[in-house]
Amino acid sequence: MDNPLSDLDRPNSYIGRSVPRPNAARLLAGQGRYVDDLRLPRMLHAAFLRSPFAHARIVSVDTAAARAMQGVAGVFTRADMDGVCTPWVGTLAHFTGLKSAPQGPLAGERATWQGEPVAIVCARSRAEAEDAAALIDIEWEELEPLPPLAAALEAAPLHPELRDNLAFTRAVDVGGADSAFALEDSVVVEAAFRTGRHTGVTLEPRAILADWQPGEEKLTVHHSFQAPHMMREVLSKHLALPEAAVRVVCGDVGGSFGIKVHIYPDEIATCVASRLLGRPVKFIADRLESFTSDIHCRDHEVAARLAVGPDGRLRALEMDDVTGIGPYSVYPRTSAVEGNQVVNLTGSWYALPAYKARLRVAFQTRTPTCQYRAVGHPVAVAVTEGLMDLAAERLGMDPAALRRLNLIPDDAYPHTSPAGLRFEALSLQKSFDKLLAMMDYDALRRDQAEARSRGVYRGIGLASFVELTNPGPAFYGIGGAPISAQDGTMVRLDPGGSVTVSSSVTEQGQGTEAVLAQVVAHQLSIPVKDVRVVTGDTERTPYGGGTWASRGAGIGGESALQAARALKANILALAGAVMQADPSDLDLRDGQVVDAAGAPRMAMAEVGRLGYFRVDLLPPGFQPEFSVIRHWLPRQYPFAFTNGAQASYLEVDPDTGFVKLLGHWVVEDCGTVINPLLVDEQVRGGVVQGIGAALLEECLYDERDNLLTGSMADYLVPMMGEMPDIAVGHVETPTKESVLGAKGAGEAGTAGAPAAVMNAINDALRPLGAAKIQQQPATPERILRALGKV
Amino acid sequence: MKAAAFAYLRARNIGEVFAALAEHGSDARVLAGGQSLIAALNLRLSEPRLLVDITGLSELRGIVVTPAGLRIGALTRHVEILRSAEVARHAPLLAQAVPHVAHAAIRNRGTIGGSLALSDPAAEYPAVALACGAVMHLHGPDGRRDVPAEAFFRGLYETALGETELLEAVTFPPPPADARHAFDELSRRHGDYALVGIALRAGLRDGLVRNLRAAFVNGGLRPVLATSAAAAAEGLPPAEAAEAAAAALDRDLDPPGDHHASAAMRLHLARVLTRRAIHSIGSAA
Repeated sequence: MDNPLSDLDRPNSYIGRSVPRPNAARLLAGQGRYVDDLRLPRMLHAAFLRSPFAHARIVSVDTAAARAMQGVAGVFTRADMDGVCTPWVGTLAHFTGLKSAPQGPLAGERATWQGEPVAIVCARSRAEAEDAAALIDIEWEELEPLPPLAAALEAAPLHPELRDNLAFTRAVDVGGADSAFALEDSVVVEAAFRTGRHTGVTLEPRAILADWQPGEEKLTVHHSFQAPHMMREVLSKHLALPEAAVRVVCGDVGGSFGIKVHIYPDEIATCVASRLLGRPVKFIADRLESFTSDIHCRDHEVAARLAVGPDGRLRALEMDDVTGIGPYSVYPRTSAVEGNQVVNLTGSWYALPAYKARLRVAFQTRTPTCQYRAVGHPVAVAVTEGLMDLAAERLGMDPAALRRLNLIPDDAYPHTSPAGLRFEALSLQKSFDKLLAMMDYDALRRDQAEARSRGVYRGIGLASFVELTNPGPAFYGIGGAPISAQDGTMVRLDPGGSVTVSSSVTEQGQGTEAVLAQVVAHQLSIPVKDVRVVTGDTERTPYGGGTWASRGAGIGGESALQAARALKANILALAGAVMQADPSDLDLRDGQVVDAAGAPRMAMAEVGRLGYFRVDLLPPGFQPEFSVIRHWLPRQYPFAFTNGAQASYLEVDPDTGFVKLLGHWVVEDCGTVINPLLVDEQVRGGVVQGIGAALLEECLYDERDNLLTGSMADYLVPMMGEMPDIAVGHVETPTKESVLGAKGAGEAGTAGAPAAVMNAINDALRPLGAAKIQQQPATPERILRALGKV
Repeated sequence: MKAAAFAYLRARNIGEVFAALAEHGSDARVLAGGQSLIAALNLRLSEPRLLVDITGLSELRGIVVTPAGLRIGALTRHVEILRSAEVARHAPLLAQAVPHVAHAAIRNRGTIGGSLALSDPAAEYPAVALACGAVMHLHGPDGRRDVPAEAFFRGLYETALGETELLEAVTFPPPPADARHAFDELSRRHGDYALVGIALRAGLRDGLVRNLRAAFVNGGLRPVLATSAAAAAEGLPPAEAAEAAAAALDRDLDPPGDHHASAAMRLHLARVLTRRAIHSIGSAA
């Protein structure tokens, strides 16, 4: 059997291996150091008075009683902050026409969502701060909230200076759609899709500890955040501080999902309060504050239709998306990106000749929305794959066969989608075939038929998808945001032969640091335990974007690879100089410099000793360079697209509308898999969040835009007990842009799972003649309504 | 959010409890397992001046078989009920219900007395107590009195307990010899408050349903005994009884509507549970 030794057979080969996360044991043992664990001398605790109304004028504020309370060091309103902090506007230049109003750290004359921070109290303890906040006397004049979604576009403008409530609109028409729908033999299916407004519930809530040191005139911010360098730019700009006077430190972060990459008024207000008081101020969002002030997302109403030929070939897709974003476009990433992604992505993984789309982004008097895991993808996939199932049913075709017929062929790359997305190389067909094999599609169909004969209603749902990862400057930087698309890694050889790595990508529990350690250890052929990784500190790492949009491994990993390779060259140069050998004949193997025959010639520790302590022994003029930094970003493609396919098998109880998940399958192609364990964890976690969207999670408001789901008993997140087994398979199509070949893996699970689950529910209900359910989450009540039982 | 400041009294005997309640009235709250009260304090939904911790009163603890039935002390924790052989033998409906009570961490601390005294319509024990005809033993400064479950639960978080009275224990009378039991509930996720639940006891003689007692979780603003459904099912074979009882439920229940489920949805689910419960007692060996 031809089974040659591969790269993985070398000692200390880690790329492609399931190396456990080095921080897992520490975190599991309760030894994490989160922002709330930090206690600084003279530290104060912040509590916010938040608007009880969705929309109200602040007629007057009296803080005298709160200020007089024992333990209170300061109470501030917007007026106190205006001279210290400039307002911001969440727009980007490349979103033509995107508009928003200036927003500050606290509400000014008006509150525009329930939960908007109005005043901050800083006291010796959080309890005292809350006691004092309750004493702030505000005279409110309640105003009308905006009507829901599309109706808001017709209502009086929330911000009169913006003239209307249309924050952003975009139309795409590549031509041919109208005529394709008009063709006599076109089979046309259409549906209205609704995705529930939801939010990312991080185990550790948002947290910030701002420490203004007047003596040094320096602001140090300990922050539960994904992008420390961006936060530093924002604080420097809006608090008018020199860049060098701001340090942002992100220690352990207990989950982020995109929630912790935005500018939140209460966090800026905490920094301003520290500046005004000259003392450290800590703010930890409690769960109610999280639900009312963490960004929400996915509040979309989409009307869509699909034209298919009698042969099953797609002819055209048309969609109209209205999405609500709350009262402000969130700074600095803006709230137009999600809807824009929906327009860009819908239908893009199929061979689609014609595409027409319209997006309208509406202001609302609800919590602001912004980017959360898989931004726009779950909506685009639910719409596209929902239409595919409707078309299959209408054509009398098997839904798997219809998909297989229309997926972009694996040999058709590079490919440009109708909306202009460029795909370097995808494996849609191969991934879909593998999915059908993994789930044993035919056997499941037999099981489904057998169950139906017993009066048990099971359904199979399929969904293919693409996922945008490794974004370049085209995402944000081009629009003027202080968001770096490049990342940098420093790799330093220490005298004993171990290696210290510091990187601008960040760790929130997903294992970024493990991946960086693997890449470096692999290049240098040293045990991974000898690599120590530092992230999340603007004073201790190279400059870069941080971790978001599935970029940690693909971009941070490649910069680590390049840095490690450069360090390796420097190590071999020293060894060559000492041994009078040509460095190109030398290599690193298992902690040793080896010669061309693989024989050990010099230990790494000896290299380190010579390079640091005995430079006198080196040839004159030879300068060892054992700290190497390399920066990297993708240049040829604006994004590295990944792809995959998912399937759900479930059972619906037609009497109760309850759904029982029986199984879930995912095939994902994220290019080079650096750590299968971590990738599978990412996929499974993402699937679970997607299942949450499909079945459970929804931020609900009453008619006055009061949030009804402000606790974990009201906002239902998926729990272990209800989750199915999730089988994960891989196809690897490395990107040729980098040596590493890794693309992102963080969002694929969330992108595809809701569509698969929704399709499975409709498949289960098909023999019962139920109306189609295209509204997420598919709650028991919505299912019973579709069945006409309630 | 942090709880507002309060004073704390760890009672050494029941006299201290009565004295504290007499002195502070509605400004005092009794703390048992704390699984509802502490959450309410931490959300500042409740801001009592004084918490009277009764968990040191060992006489309020324990499960004993008495001639009147199975007597369970108010401080008995859910986990103890879950593991009790006496409960399984003498109060089978209660035994069926306990696994549905919240999560393990809550069952380790929460008490049966706390749950009954709170009278949350979404809780399991009040419905079970009603279906079983349980008797509440109340103790106050003026002495003891017994109140049947039917008279105990008065409304949303409202019971027959006087301001200075304490729920000391509950007795589940021995079920009739031919009684069969069914407990079921529908919750979105395991351990959540149920959308609707049913606690049902009925006799089955000569294949006919007799003396059905069905009480509902979230069937109204307080635990509700479905008397119309019981009358409709009386003397019918299980399949017919199930339909008749389900059809009659709208006369018994007035379920709340909220963002978890509309009132119509809860009524529908209560009918589904009623059918299933009666079928299950009909088919049980």
